Amino acid sequence: MKVPQWIKGLLWTSPWWLGFIFFLAGPMAVSAYLSLCDYPLLQPPVFVGMDNYARLSTDPIFHKVLANTLIYAVFSIPLGTILAIALATLLNRNVRGQAIFRACIFVPTVVPVVAVAIVWMWMLNPQFGLVNQGLRQVGIDGPMWLASPGWAMTSLILVSVWIIGAPMVIYLAGLQDIPVSLYEAARLDGASRLGQFRHVTLPGLSPVILFNVVISIIAAWQVFALPFVMMKSSPGPDRSTYFYTMYLFDNAFRYLKMGYASAMAWIQFAIILALTGLVFAVSRRMVHYRGA
Amino acid sequence: MRTRRRIQTVTTYLLLAGASVLFVLPLVWMVCVSLKPSSEVLQFPPRFWPQHPQVDAYTAVFESEGFDFPLYARNTLIIAGLSLVGMVLSSAIAAYGFARIPFRGRNLMFGVCLATMMIPFPVIMVPTYVIFKHLGWIGSFKPLWVPAWFGSAFNIFLLRQFFMGIPKELEESAKLDGCSTWGCFWRIIIPLSTPALSVVGLFHFMAVWNDLIGPLIYLSHQRQFTLALGLQFLQSRSGDTPWNQMMAASTLIVIPVLVLFLLAQRTFIRGITTTGLKG
Repeated sequence: MKVPQWIKGLLWTSPWWLGFIFFLAGPMAVSAYLSLCDYPLLQPPVFVGMDNYARLSTDPIFHKVLANTLIYAVFSIPLGTILAIALATLLNRNVRGQAIFRACIFVPTVVPVVAVAIVWMWMLNPQFGLVNQGLRQVGIDGPMWLASPGWAMTSLILVSVWIIGAPMVIYLAGLQDIPVSLYEAARLDGASRLGQFRHVTLPGLSPVILFNVVISIIAAWQVFALPFVMMKSSPGPDRSTYFYTMYLFDNAFRYLKMGYASAMAWIQFAIILALTGLVFAVSRRMVHYRGA
Repeated sequence: MRTRRRIQTVTTYLLLAGASVLFVLPLVWMVCVSLKPSSEVLQFPPRFWPQHPQVDAYTAVFESEGFDFPLYARNTLIIAGLSLVGMVLSSAIAAYGFARIPFRGRNLMFGVCLATMMIPFPVIMVPTYVIFKHLGWIGSFKPLWVPAWFGSAFNIFLLRQFFMGIPKELEESAKLDGCSTWGCFWRIIIPLSTPALSVVGLFHFMAVWNDLIGPLIYLSHQRQFTLALGLQFLQSRSGDTPWNQMMAASTLIVIPVLVLFLLAQRTFIRGITTTGLKG
């Protein structure tokens, strides 16, 4: 007896579509419904229509976490991108011991986030931390870092730059994919080093940059563990390091406002989709696909 | 020309060496602080190297009620083991279906699979919690490993691409010799795919080892904590935990992944460059 092809196909792919139904599509449908409900977890959900969304639009803390997350993304993504490309460019110059340098710069990326947070809490300790001690030695009186409303966000952005091993390695692979002949042609045309970087390296790297930026945008809206641990699960000084996902988490699991949290989750999804679409649209003219 | 070249090479080395030191420094300091006696930790101005290195902070962490390292390590390994096997196996099976079994609607299905990668975890965080609560799974390891047995879109995509690169002729001749589809998968594809499978396995292990939000949401008793959650818990009451002990606990949770990284560096780098996945 021969099993029909479509049954075979469905059987083989069953891990995916079963998981899709039970752990994704199903929960998303539930979430869409819950976002229209008042649901304090211990009592059954009560349908309230668009109430949660309306309340979010006037919730000052919601506005604050939106702004904080945006600020974090606007500064950490370009900073991380520039640094990762710079380091990758250095590594890509025929250097001996490349593997050792690469390993050193990559190592922080494999450190569990909780440990990253703890190490940096002590690094940034105003009195006993290494950062302010270093500043003291060059005659600068370092700030209070995590304890100061003006510096807490900066601290987090700086720490985020410490874990850029993954994009750096991707940029390095991207650089190695650019044909040497393009550089030779540019040199023959009299292009300077900067000119080569501007007209050969950047266009060659642009698809990889687009990829990394999109991934970073999605990641920025989900930032949770780092500020959660570093701020001891608090919103930080003057709520200056209260991020979108932290507020969502607090609404869901601290205040048990499951409906409110679900509405936040859907807005988050919409923002991510919109921003990704925007980046793709804006980048259309700037991204250069070789062979396309 | 030659001197210019020289200068450039020297600058490159200096910049790379400087960056390497800056990136590794915080980790070296973590170990240094963990080896300091309490009196040295709160010494002002702070010194980098411990004056009188000792392992007291480690013994204190091992003996403390707040951070049961062997137990948390055991919990983490149980969750990682159960979900690792499930993740690799189920992703490979589904990927083989998408790569080798032609059926109607396959491309549409694969497209949906790819699209699901865009969905952020927080969107399903609340409803999955509600569902697991109804199943009575909250406070058990199940929410942390059962979903892994249904693969992940990302790993399915990665493995499918790898399987597509394996010549079909191998399976065709095996089939002529009477090999079943499962036989082709198990005896030809799987052994040929160890590089890709090890990337999936390694990254999944790292993800479980690092995960904070999952255990934070689903585990309710301290005896079930994973290392990441245990460390966060220790830190959240660090008013009474001295910093050398915090650093000792951090060092303990970092060392295994560090060893893994040094042993499997090539797999790491290959995995990231082929997938773009954040480790």
